Parts: sequence; structure tokens; C-alpha cells
Amino acid sequence: MNTLTLGFSRVRYEVATYFRQGDSVFFTFLFPLVMLTIFSVAFSEQSFGEDADGTSVTAAQFYLPAMIAAGLLLSGLQNMAIDIANEKSDGTLKRLAGTPLPVVSFFIGKIGQVLVTGVLQAALLLLVARVAFQVPLPTDPEKWLTFAWVFLLGVTTSAVLGIALSGLPRSGKSATAVIIPIVLVLQFISGVYLQFTSLPTWLQNVASVFPLKWFAQGTRSVFLPSNFETLESGESWNLTGVLIATAIWLVVGLVACRVTFRWIRKDS
Amino acid sequence: MTSVVSVRDLSKRYGHFEALKGVSFDIERGETFALLGPNGAGKSTTIEILEGYRDRSGGEATVLGTDPGKGGLDWKARLGIVLQSTGESGNVTVREQLAHFAAFYPNPRDVDEVIAAVGLEEKQRTRISKLSGGQRRRVDVALGIIGTPELLFLDEPTTGFDPEARRQFWELIKQLKREGTTILLTTHYLDEAAQLGDRAGVIADGRLIDIGRIDEIGGAEARVPIVRWRTDGMLHEQRTTTPGALVASLYAEGSGEPRDLEVVRPGLEDIYLQLIARPEALV
Repeated sequence: MNTLTLGFSRVRYEVATYFRQGDSVFFTFLFPLVMLTIFSVAFSEQSFGEDADGTSVTAAQFYLPAMIAAGLLLSGLQNMAIDIANEKSDGTLKRLAGTPLPVVSFFIGKIGQVLVTGVLQAALLLLVARVAFQVPLPTDPEKWLTFAWVFLLGVTTSAVLGIALSGLPRSGKSATAVIIPIVLVLQFISGVYLQFTSLPTWLQNVASVFPLKWFAQGTRSVFLPSNFETLESGESWNLTGVLIATAIWLVVGLVACRVTFRWIRKDS
Repeated sequence: MTSVVSVRDLSKRYGHFEALKGVSFDIERGETFALLGPNGAGKSTTIEILEGYRDRSGGEATVLGTDPGKGGLDWKARLGIVLQSTGESGNVTVREQLAHFAAFYPNPRDVDEVIAAVGLEEKQRTRISKLSGGQRRRVDVALGIIGTPELLFLDEPTTGFDPEARRQFWELIKQLKREGTTILLTTHYLDEAAQLGDRAGVIADGRLIDIGRIDEIGGAEARVPIVRWRTDGMLHEQRTTTPGALVASLYAEGSGEPRDLEVVRPGLEDIYLQLIARPEALV
């Protein structure tokens, strides 16, 4: 068996175990869908602006890109950080470390799990938004192309950062307590729950350091009407900025993984 | 060199605590070597250094011709490791887990055969999280042998087994021995060491205080039979290599049958308890 074949075998294994774990399915997989439903229903009477033709933008349409961006963070960063911290502490990694499984195959399995579950999550969000809340989806292929790279780059970066953060909690038990607040704060300051440009400038500047702000900006550029671009910081979707900021975080994450990841805490 | 495991003056320090203070032994190909000792004596530290999980502070160690601190994937493919019990979530079935791990190895055993060997045919489609402690332990053992290891590490493999499960496990290990697997076993159970081990080493306080064939551990001295009897309410005890003669003379000298007479040949457990009670007395 070579590294790649084993990697794919790991993806199957990881995806199967992910969906058998009730709490991960709810708090990372279904959570954005639950939030989208709540927002869409709670603010169903409210208008979130008008597109160029004067059609009102519903809560569902307004929150769809935000929830897809939140999903990127949950499926990638939150899922990986908690999952691997748990596996470190419950002996899963120690067992694997004693087998000839290559580390690279292990990571193919993890990233693959995030890609598969992330794609399913986004597909589910789009489906529910379209079918249940009649959100108009873009018809321009260029928009979908943008979505494809923002999504793939975003979800990979998010997963890699999650793996890097998995060393932060000292035990599996504390993993949720350490990781969830980080994820929650990022969502509030990055324009997921609150409109980004309504935040104070200094907070916008803080959030711009982190990747979620850029994920959300990228997904808004795809799913919001083009006249909403004027509501963005600098009145621009700034996709180049999205690309650069995410790519930088991807590199930072990869380096951090390389430096910090260990199968086990030796000599603990 | 035919030794599968070779350890010379192995030491391990955690901060100021010396867990191992210079341990040396060899394990030959096909041999089952039992490492005995009380909790905290250094058994697990030793085995984990040899498995490559821990770095040693000093001394030399060779496992299958390789320094375990630098063993690569090809080296790991020749090992089977059964760790002390772990607490994995176990969201996969027994069969799924074994089939998945089998794929890691170049020359795996047949999954069905391994499931049968550990007696989990009935449970093969059950999730590991739903198994009892003893059944989970059998899965651990199954995962340890799935890769057809040349050298198998068993770290307290039968903790939590009921007596019948322990006997079945011994049969499994004896089968592996017949197939030529070299085994390093740590255990608290002296009967287990006696059943499975060709040789044993006794570790106490980070030192190897005795090593030898199971029937020679503690030396001939420790195996000298003990004769106990009572006269006028006083308990007498005498160690002798000729218990028959002693009993005969007691019978002849005294007024017939000695009271509470017993002749005891110390078992491995007695010898072991003597050994660890006075570790400074030896080596």
C-alpha cells in the first residue's frame, strides 16, 4: 500500500466515524444549517436591502454566505482542533503511531474528511436555502468559479489551522472549552452574525487579521447581489485580498503543523 | 547477532526522577520474555522506549537491529504493539477496525482468522464502543497481531479478563509462539508469566534485580522447600533440600504424627514477592 492509497482509506474511515459521532454531527455539521433556519424564520418579515432591480433581499439570502463561511470554520478549524486533541488524549494517535501508517496518509485522511463533510454541509445549506427559503442562487458561472476557489482554499486553510491548534488544549476534555470560544468570537467579529461594516473600525481591523473575515467576504461576493459590494469595507469585494490573506494563513498553518504536530506527547 | 531485542545499561530520567537506573537484557528470536515488577517499577517505561514511544536518557537499545528512537515505517511494520488499555471512542466495528489496520501492513494476517483467534466472531459487526472491557482488550490484541509481527509487545494484556478469557488468551499467545513470534510481555500475573514466559526479568525501583529462566528466577536458594510443623503450640519452620528426611526424623523423634505439618515448595509468586521485598539483596 502506498501513502496515497492509505490516505484514501483513511478518508473513508474518518468520514464514517465523523458521522457516527452525534455531537460532531450537530455542533459542526448541522449547526450552520440550524442558524440559517433560525435567522431566516426570525427575520422573515425584515428586508436586508434591495438588489439592483429593487427586489428585496431576505434574511435567508443575507445569511446564506455568512453561514457557509461559518461552516468552513466549523468543519475545518473547530472539527480538526477538537477531533485531534481528543485523539491525542484517548490513545488513538498513540496506537496509530505504533503502526506503519505514514503521517502524510493520516493527514490526507483528516483533510479529506474536512473536504467531504464541508462540501456536503455547503450543499445542504444551498439546498435548504433554495428549496425552503427561495433564495435566488447565482446563474453566472464565474460566480460559481469564485465560490469553488474560495471554498476549497478556505476549507483547506481552516482544516490546517485546526490541526495546528489541536496542540493547544492540554487534554481532550478541555478541547471544547478551549476551541469553541475562539471560533465563537471569530464569528461575531468577522461579519458572520453581525454586518461587518457596522462594527467599529478598530474591531474591523482586528478581525481582518484573521481568516474568517476573508472567507465571509468571499462567499458574500458570490451570493449577495452585486450592488451590495458598496457595503463592504473599501466598497469592494476585494477578492485579491481574500486570496492573499487566506494563502498567508494557509502557509502559516502548514508551518505551524510541521513544527508542532506530534503523534504523542513524548515523555508526558 | 541473533538477539531481537538488546538492551544495555538503559536509563531514563524524568526531571530529577530516575525511572530506569541501568537495565540490561537480551531477547532471542522466538523467545517469550516476561518483564515483572510492581507498579511504577519501570516496566512500562522500558517497553515504551523499545516501542519507540519514549526517548532514553542513556544506555543502548536495539530492536530488530534498529535503534528504537530512530525506527522508520519499515521497522514499525515488523512490530506488533499492544499498549496498556486505551480509551478510544470506538465508533467502528471490530471487523472495520481490523480490516482498516490490516491495510497498513505489507503482510497482514487474514482478518477472519484474527477475529476467530481472539474469539470475537459473534461481535465482529459490533461497534468497539459497545464491547465489554475484556472484549475491547481482545480487539487491542487482535490489532497487535494483524500485521504478522516478528516481535510482539504485550503491556499487561490480560488486565480485566475473566479466568476463562485469560486461558483463551494464553492459548492464542502459545499459538503465536509456535509460529515463531518473539514476545515481550509485562504482567502483574505471575501465573501468566509462568504459563507464557521462557525467561523473565524482575524490575524493581528502576533496576533489573533478577533475570533468568522462569524456573530459575530467584536462584536455587529461593526454591528450597519449607517444612512447617507445630510442637507445644510453637510454629517451627525449616528450609531444607531434604524435606522427606526431615519429616521422617520429626516423626521418629516426636510422638508420632507432627501437628499442622506442611511441606511447601515456593511458587513463582512467593519467590517474586521475596525478591521485590528486598531488591538491594540481589545484583
